[in-house]
Amino acid sequence: MSGTLLWTLVLLPAVPGGVLALAGGDRGGRGPGRTAAVVAVAVAAATAVLALLAAVHRPRTTADFLPGGPLALAVDGLSAVVIVTVSAVGLLVLLFATADIGAGRPRFFGLMLLFLAAVLLTATATTLTGLLLAWEVMGATSYGLIAFHWRTDGPPAAGTVAFLTTRTGDIGLYLAAGAALAGGGTLALDALPALDGGWRDLAAAGVLAAALGKAAQLPFSFWLSRAMLGPSPVSALLHSAAMVAMGGYLLLRAHPLLSATGWAADVAAWAGALTALALGAVALAQRHLKQLLAASTAAQLGFVVLAAGVGALAGGTAHLVAHAAVKALLFLTAGVWLTTLGTQRMHALRGAARGDRSVGVPFAVGALALAGVPPLSLWATKDEILAGVERPALYGVALGAAVLSAGYAGKALGLLLRPPGRGPERPRGPRPAARLPLAVLALGAAGLGALALPALGGDRLKAVLDASGEPAAGAGTMTATAALAVAVTTGAVLLADRLPEPARARNWLGLEAAAHALVVRPVLAAAGALARFDDAVVDRAVAAAARAVRRLAGWTTRADGGVDGLVRGVATGTRRLGAAALRPQTGQLHQYYAQAIVLLTASVVLLLLLR
Amino acid sequence: MLSLTVFAPLVAAALLLAARRLPDRVVVWAWVVVAAGEFALTVALWVTYDGEGIGHETDRPWIPGAGAAYHVGVDGLSLPLLALTAVVFLMCAVHTLRREGERDVRRFAALFLALETTCLGLFAALDLILFFLFFDLSIVGMYLVIAGWGHGARAARSALRFFLYTFVGSLALLLGFIGLYAASSPHTFDLVELTADPPLRGEGAGGALVLLAVCVGLAVKTPTFPFHTWLPPAHTDAPAAGSAVLAAVLLKMGTYGFVRIAMPVLPDAWRTYALVVVVVGVVSVLYGALVALAQTGFKRMVAYTSVNHMGYILLALGAAGMLGGGDTGTRTVAVSGAVAQMVSHGLITGALFLLSGVLWDRAGTYAMDAFGGLAGPAPRFAALTALAAFASLGLPGFSGFVAEFQIFAGSLGPAPVPTALALLGILVTAGLFLRALHRVFLGPPGSATAPVHDLRPAETWSVVPLLALSVAVGLAPRWLLDTVEPAARRVVELVSR
Repeated sequence: MSGTLLWTLVLLPAVPGGVLALAGGDRGGRGPGRTAAVVAVAVAAATAVLALLAAVHRPRTTADFLPGGPLALAVDGLSAVVIVTVSAVGLLVLLFATADIGAGRPRFFGLMLLFLAAVLLTATATTLTGLLLAWEVMGATSYGLIAFHWRTDGPPAAGTVAFLTTRTGDIGLYLAAGAALAGGGTLALDALPALDGGWRDLAAAGVLAAALGKAAQLPFSFWLSRAMLGPSPVSALLHSAAMVAMGGYLLLRAHPLLSATGWAADVAAWAGALTALALGAVALAQRHLKQLLAASTAAQLGFVVLAAGVGALAGGTAHLVAHAAVKALLFLTAGVWLTTLGTQRMHALRGAARGDRSVGVPFAVGALALAGVPPLSLWATKDEILAGVERPALYGVALGAAVLSAGYAGKALGLLLRPPGRGPERPRGPRPAARLPLAVLALGAAGLGALALPALGGDRLKAVLDASGEPAAGAGTMTATAALAVAVTTGAVLLADRLPEPARARNWLGLEAAAHALVVRPVLAAAGALARFDDAVVDRAVAAAARAVRRLAGWTTRADGGVDGLVRGVATGTRRLGAAALRPQTGQLHQYYAQAIVLLTASVVLLLLLR
Repeated sequence: MLSLTVFAPLVAAALLLAARRLPDRVVVWAWVVVAAGEFALTVALWVTYDGEGIGHETDRPWIPGAGAAYHVGVDGLSLPLLALTAVVFLMCAVHTLRREGERDVRRFAALFLALETTCLGLFAALDLILFFLFFDLSIVGMYLVIAGWGHGARAARSALRFFLYTFVGSLALLLGFIGLYAASSPHTFDLVELTADPPLRGEGAGGALVLLAVCVGLAVKTPTFPFHTWLPPAHTDAPAAGSAVLAAVLLKMGTYGFVRIAMPVLPDAWRTYALVVVVVGVVSVLYGALVALAQTGFKRMVAYTSVNHMGYILLALGAAGMLGGGDTGTRTVAVSGAVAQMVSHGLITGALFLLSGVLWDRAGTYAMDAFGGLAGPAPRFAALTALAAFASLGLPGFSGFVAEFQIFAGSLGPAPVPTALALLGILVTAGLFLRALHRVFLGPPGSATAPVHDLRPAETWSVVPLLALSVAVGLAPRWLLDTVEPAARRVVELVSR
C-alpha cells in the first residue's frame, strides 16, 4: 500500500507529462493547449495532495533495477519537507503559467510535469541509481524548457550550456556509484559513509561535484545566467525552487558522508560561503532583473551548501524552503513585467512595482524577505545557519554575503519603486490565474521564517529532521543581523541608482569566458585536429599499407632477380598476390571472394594434413 | 526451432527471387510479414529458454574431417542479440514501406532476408567455422547492399573499402581460429569443447598470438580505434536501412565475438592483456567522441559515435579481465553492462540511422549547416530524433543509461583511471548531440530546410518501436538483465579460472 503511494507520487506527473511533451506544440488559444494547461494543473494539484499524504505516512518501497542498486524510494523527514515544498511551488507556478504561456503549451506543460516527477524521485531516492536517474532527467527537461523558444539561436545554445555544465558535475555521481560498488558492493546512499578508505573520498568528491554543479555554485554558476533565456515560470520552478535547490538538498542528505571524510564538509562549507559572497557581488552589479535574481539564487543556495558543510541541517532546510517561496515569487513577478512591459531591464522597469498592487505588493514582500529584513522568512533562516558556523573566517564571509543580499534586494526594490521617468505608463494587471499564486507565495515568503524560530516551528522542524541537537540563533545575533539588514536595505533602496556596477561582476566574473577558454575551445580544437588526423593519417595508413604490400612484392622480385628459379617463382607469386590484392579496386568482388574460398580450402587441407 | 529461425529468412529470400512478377507493394509486405514472424520466433526462443547453460541446441556433423560441425544453440548472451537482430530487420522492412521505397525492391528485400539469416546464424553458432562462415557472408551481403543501393558518387568505392577492410580482418580471425584448432586436443572447432577445455593455457607466446589474431579480426568488425576508418564512408553512403543493420547488428558481431570466443576460450591471454583491451576501449571512447564532435555531416557524426559506444564495451570486457581489483560481482556488472550496451546501441543507433535517412530522402544532403529550424515543418521528426539523441548520450530512462551505468560502475573498481577518463566520453557525446540537434532542428531555418516535410507513417513506425524498446529497457531493465546476468557471471567465471 505504502509502496503504491510513492510510485503514484512519481508516476502521476510523469506519465501525463511524457504524453503531453510528445504531443507537440500548438499555436496557443483554445484546443489542445487549453486541455494541456487544465490537465497539468489538475495533475499538479493531485500530486501536491499525494506529497502531503506521503509526508504524513512516510512510505518506503523498492523495485529491482540494476545489480546492487534497486530503485528504492523512501520518505524521511528531509524528503517530506522537500517534496511538499516542491509540489506546492510546482502547483502555483503551473497555475501561473496557464496565464503566461501562449504557444507550445502541451510541450511546456509536459516538460514541466516530467520535471516535477524527476524532482520528486530525486528527493525520495535512497540509492545512487534512482538518484542519478532522476538527477539527469531533471537536467534534460531543464534543457528542453530553457530552449523552449527554439526559433532563435539563443535559447537552444543556453540550454546546451546549462545541460553540459551540470552534466560535468553529474560525472561525479557516476564516479560515486562506481566507488560505492567497488568499495562496498551496494549503491544505497546511507551506506556511502561506511565505504573503505579511498573509495569513500572518491564518492564524497563525486557527490560534491554533482551537487555544486546543479546548485550553480562556483565555479559552475554561469549556466544559471544563460538559463534565464527560458520562460519566467521555468526560472521560477527550476532555477530557484527545485532544480538548483536539489543541489543543496543532496548535500544536506549527504552530510554524514561529507563529514566522514574529514575534508569534504569543509570544502562544501567554503564553496557555499564563497559562492554566497561572490555571486552576491555579481547580483549587486546586474542591470536586468532576472539576471539579478539568478545570481542571488546561486548566492542563497550558497547558504544552504554552507549549512550542509557545517552541519546546520535544520537551518539549511528551512532556508531551502523559504528561499523556494521567495525566489519563485520574485521570478513570477519578473515574468509578469516581462510579459506586460516587454523588458526586464531594471531602469526601464522603474515604477513597475507601483503599478498593479497585486504584483507590486508581493514583489516588495519577496524583495524584503530576500534582503533579510525581519520578520520576513530569510532573516530567521539565515541566522539559523550562521548559528552553526564556528570558524571566524567562514562566519565573516557568510556575514558579508548576508550584507550583499540586503544590498542587491534593496537595489531591485529601490529601482522598481522609483517613480517612472516619463509618463504614468502603468502596466495592465495580470490575469486572475496569475494573481493567486503571487499572493500565496508572498504569504510563504513572509511567514516561512517560522521554520527557524524555535517557538513557532523551529523545534518541530528539528524534530522532523532528527536534528534536535543543532544550535539555534541567539536573540542578540538576530537583533544585530536584523538591524544590519534594515540599515543596508534602506541604504540600497535610497542609492539604487548609484550603486557600483563593475564590469567583471556584471559579467558573472567572466566564468563562462573562462570555461570557454579553458575547456570548450581546447576540446573543439582537439576534436578538429583528431578529425584531420583521422582522415590524413589513420585512414591513409590503411591505403598506404595496401600500396606497400604491392611495392614490397615488386621490390622482392627485383632483389631476388639473380637467385634461382624457385625463389623467383615465390617472388612472382607474391607479386601476383599483391597485384591481385589491388585488383578488387576495379570492383571485381567475385574474384576476391574466390581467393578467399581458395584460402579457406587451403586452410582446410592444411588442417587435414595437420591431423 | 532455432534452425528454423535462422534459415527461414533465407528460404523467403529464395522465394522472393524466384517470384519475378510480384508487385513491389506485395514484396515489401511479404518481407514485413516474414520479418515479423522471425521476431515472434526469437521471442518464442527467449521465452522457452530455461535460463541455464545452452538451450535449443543442435549438434550435427558437417565437415567431420576438419572437425567442424553444425552446432547451434542459445544462451543469455545470444538471445538478446537474436531478438535485437529480428527487431532491427523488421524495422528496416517497415521503413521500406515508405513512399520513396527503394529501387529494385524485390532484390533489396531478398538481400536483407538473406543477410538476416547470416546475422541470426552468427549469434546462434557454437562452432568456429560456422561462426566464420556467417561472419564472412554478412560482409558480402552488406557489400551488396552498399554497392547496389548506396547513394552518393562514392558508394561503390565505400562498399569496396568496407569489404576489403572487414574481409582482411576476417582472415585474421580465421588465422586465430585455425590456431585454436591446431592447439586443441583433440583438434576441434567446437566452441563448447574449446570453452570447457581451453587450449594454449600457460603458453605465453602461442596464446598471445592467437588472441592477437582473433582480437584484430573482431576489432576491425567492432570497430575500435585504429581499425575504424572503413565505418564512416560505409555508413555515409549506405541506404538508411543498410546503415541501421550495419550499426545495429553487424558491429555487434565483433563485440559478441569477444564475449563468446576470446574471453572464454583464451582466459589466460585475456587476463594478461586485459589492460591493452581497456586502453584500446578508452582510446576508442574518447577518440570516437571527439572526432564525431568535429563532423559536419549528421550521418557521419552518428557513425563516429558508434566507435565511441563500442569503446565502452571493450572497456568493460577488459576491466572484467583485470583480477587486481573488484570481486566477481563487480566484474559481472561490467560484463552485463557490455551486453546491455550491445542491445542498447543496436536499438538507438538503428533508430538514429533510419531517421538520418529522412534528411537524404528529402533534401539530398546530410550537411548539418544546411538545415536549421526543422522542428517547425517537421515536429515529429524533431521529437523522435531528439529522443534518440538523448538516448544515445546516455540519458537515464533509456537503455543507454542502463548499459553505461553498469559499465562505469563495474569497471571503476578494476580499472579506476581508465574508467574515469572514459566518463569524459559521455560529456563529449552530450555536447555533440545537443550541438547537432541545435544545428539541424532548432534556430532559424537553413538553405535545405524548405523541402523537409514531416515523417510519414512508415517512417514513424519504423523508429517508434526501437525507441519504445529502449525506454522499456531503460525504465524496467529486469526482463533483459535477468537473462543477461547469469551469462555474464559465467563469462567472468570462465575468464577468471
